[in-house]
Amino acid sequence: MQELIARAKELLADGTVARVLGWKAGDLPYNPEPAYFEKEEDFKDFVYNSFCGANLSKFMIEASKLEGKTLVCLKPCDTYSFNQLLSEHRVDRDKAYIVGVGCKGKLDIEKIKKQGIKGIKSISGAEISDEADTLTIDTIYGEKTCAFSDAMLERCHVCKGKEHKIYDEIIGESKETKDAERFAEVERIEAMSPEEKFAFFRKELSKCIRCNACRNVCPACSCRKCVFDSTKFDSSQKANVDSFEEKMFHIIRAFHVAGRCTDCGECSRVCPQGIPLHLFNRKFIKEIDELYGEYQAGETVVEKGPLTSYTFDDVEPGIVAERG
Amino acid sequence: MQRIGVFVCHCGTNIAATVDVAKVAEMALNEQGVVHAEDYQYMCSEAGQAKIQAAIKEKNLTGIVVCSCSPRMHETTFREAAERAGLNPYMVEIANIREHCSWIHKDVEEATKKAVILMRAAVAKVNLNAPLKPGESRVTKRALVIGGGIAGIQTALDIADAGYKVDIVEKTPSIGGRMSQLDKTFPTLDCSACILTPKMVEVNKHENVTIYTYSEVEKVSGFVGDFTVDIRKKARSVDMDKCTGCGVCQEKCPSKKTLSEFNRGLNTRSAIYTPFAQAIPNVPVIDRDSCMKFQTGKCGVCSKVCQAGAIDYEQQDEIITEKYGAIVVATGFDMIKLDNYDEYAYSQSPDVITSLELERVMNAAGPTKGHLERLSDGKAPKEMVFIQCVGSRCSDDRGKSYCSKICCMYTAKHAMLIRDKYPDVNVTVFYIDVRTPGKNFDEFYRRAVEDYGVNYIKGQVGKVIPQPDGKLLVRGVDLIDNKQILKEADMVVLAAAIEPNPDVRKIATMLTASIDTNNFLTEAHAKLRPVESPTAGIFLSGVCQGPKDIPETVSQAGAAAVKAIGLLAKDKLMTNPCTAHSDELMCNGCSQCANVCPYGAISYEVKEINDHGVRETRRVAVVNNALCQGCGACTVTCPSGAMDLQGFSNRQILAEVDAICR
Repeated sequence: MQELIARAKELLADGTVARVLGWKAGDLPYNPEPAYFEKEEDFKDFVYNSFCGANLSKFMIEASKLEGKTLVCLKPCDTYSFNQLLSEHRVDRDKAYIVGVGCKGKLDIEKIKKQGIKGIKSISGAEISDEADTLTIDTIYGEKTCAFSDAMLERCHVCKGKEHKIYDEIIGESKETKDAERFAEVERIEAMSPEEKFAFFRKELSKCIRCNACRNVCPACSCRKCVFDSTKFDSSQKANVDSFEEKMFHIIRAFHVAGRCTDCGECSRVCPQGIPLHLFNRKFIKEIDELYGEYQAGETVVEKGPLTSYTFDDVEPGIVAERG
Repeated sequence: MQRIGVFVCHCGTNIAATVDVAKVAEMALNEQGVVHAEDYQYMCSEAGQAKIQAAIKEKNLTGIVVCSCSPRMHETTFREAAERAGLNPYMVEIANIREHCSWIHKDVEEATKKAVILMRAAVAKVNLNAPLKPGESRVTKRALVIGGGIAGIQTALDIADAGYKVDIVEKTPSIGGRMSQLDKTFPTLDCSACILTPKMVEVNKHENVTIYTYSEVEKVSGFVGDFTVDIRKKARSVDMDKCTGCGVCQEKCPSKKTLSEFNRGLNTRSAIYTPFAQAIPNVPVIDRDSCMKFQTGKCGVCSKVCQAGAIDYEQQDEIITEKYGAIVVATGFDMIKLDNYDEYAYSQSPDVITSLELERVMNAAGPTKGHLERLSDGKAPKEMVFIQCVGSRCSDDRGKSYCSKICCMYTAKHAMLIRDKYPDVNVTVFYIDVRTPGKNFDEFYRRAVEDYGVNYIKGQVGKVIPQPDGKLLVRGVDLIDNKQILKEADMVVLAAAIEPNPDVRKIATMLTASIDTNNFLTEAHAKLRPVESPTAGIFLSGVCQGPKDIPETVSQAGAAAVKAIGLLAKDKLMTNPCTAHSDELMCNGCSQCANVCPYGAISYEVKEINDHGVRETRRVAVVNNALCQGCGACTVTCPSGAMDLQGFSNRQILAEVDAICR
């Protein structure tokens, strides 16, 4: 972290960048938040640890409109989102100075709490420099421990790799943390009967409070005006007719980001209700892989994704329909 | 607030027998904006149109819904009627209560319920309709014909004679197509080449025709009146300007082991070749896959013997880009592969051949120089068996469901010619039915039976078994005598089904022309628009649209030419005003719409946008209305809903869905 701060200050000082986009300490030891740093003294709050899960790519849409370059700290998986935004002309490469920051997996406080660890005062082992594979948590009930991998975010268990797909320079080591099958959960749901599936999604989606956090954090959901806020569609500011309308929000959102979603997992990370929203997107990714060949959105900057390009070898619509 | 009139058509009993039309009209009065509703026997009649016009004037209607047949039938009729009464024609909506309702349902109560729902959806849409004005687009006065068989040649000649430029693109090294492979033609028995080659010469010499042989259509963009086409002129390796067509290169070429496509693989050709003697152009091509020079680098004989210095091993494919107003598809057919019909021993014995192969055997320029002989041992056959409907009229997915249409007649021709030339050869034909509709067709068939003594047996063959002595044991059934037949034959000829040229799928996709499950191109209307594709500016000529013989193909080729000429004769076309437009305040500039646009109608501008007081430079989509065809692909791809289609806006479609679900 110190190396990162030193380099950021250097680039600010020599005028290469006008600001730095990173994370600052939150009011709790485990909730750092995205922040801009423009002056040397701002850096006293700068943090980069294993709780810095937030994907900063989306902030670059607004940062691209500002004067001068913005130094943005991107983890390996965040670079996929940045590439996708570049593909969609939403960010300006020339306005970004990308520092690829090292990552050895990010932590999910909810997973720690689920293990009965409450009243957390501080957590050690979450520093990026820490080599330990155990977290030591100081709580009001005394010291507790928790294996690092047991506290990792779901997305880190299906890590896309330690490679940054786009960067200007890299600071820190990364580690691939994949230890689970990406589509295992999707396959489990696919195996359900239609009734079971419906019951599963009804149960999960009924928790939704429509806080819009999933949409607001999603790098693919970056429309200037979301259809759910637009007066053009009669759907904004509208009371739900029934519980089903709430579910439509997530289903429509999944369709809107299909083929563009990099599976960054931010939707599920920020959901205050713990809905596994990434499963919708991952189902689409699985379908795209199977029907159009394996495709990882954001791996490179592409002109046309599989859903917006047509080739003679495309599967016939009938085959798609038969799959259901 | 709209003032809407609803007009419910009985269509005689077509609708009224299944739908309570009076009820539909009565229910219409409950809908938002509806101030007038009536039903009438034939809305499309003069009297019916007069009723619509009177109501528009008397009740100051701002929009109308006609509950009638498919908009493909009478949308234009009603739009024009409305326009004559002073209403914008795009304020007319059709609720299709015939094809979508009365024709497909039996129960009156249920059908009426559905008709009411369809009416409601149309009313909901009209409530959101706005007047639209069509624009104009230009017409490029040049036609493209894809395929240089008899269909393509005839279409090209007719268009060229009318004074328009035509280009023919032919995949093989010569024009002529299937007809050039035929020996004689029914029912007059003229020599195929004798009647085809004058046409080939004529089209070649025509000042308005340009022929691209050994070429393929690679890319098509644009729309009716203004297509842009990339044609790949494959490297011939022979300079067409220098070559004199002397043929020495073909004689001297040491690589002569490639199966001749023209002779259906029954003999071989050299690596540098013209497919047949009368080929046009009479310029050979080097088949690079067979040529030793290209494969091993060691040869170059053709270059050495060519006096004209025409051989060019370095020649590259060339892409020609040209603009066209109309495109005619004339891609023709091929015989089906017989892999699914191995009971006829096609793959096991060289003496089991297809009818097209027999054409080559009977032809003086063919592999046997026109002598009827067994391909296994060159002996003259004594017993010949013809099997009809191999892969045609098939009830399972082994073959084709349709009748190939030409086989009954060409088999009668083959049988008659054999009996005439070789009276000692017995000819037996196994058939399901003999179909001979056509001028002088039945007389022709009867001559084969009555004058030439061809033995026709109604019944199918179950198996052909090659015998150790080289004979073929044919096991069939005679359905009239109700007995099994075992017959020894020297040769068996299979009337294999014909199918559209396999390339047609790729071409149809490029042209966005629809094809049916058998890969035949679909007509705009099966009876009334048989030579037009539903895609404007695309016309159909020959077997690519459905099985047909030469006279039918030539007639249809002429008809397709007339339709193309009708289009080329216009200076301007009215464009569809139902085009997309982008709300620049909502546009993300993400390019998804441009990616899916099949017409290249969407581009991007970087411009200053004033978004409710916020001034920003943004990248936004701009639709070229002259290019947009209103397909709507962009509107469903746009994640923010910035892209919308005039006349089919997202709001209108959602209103229709809401009305249906109400």
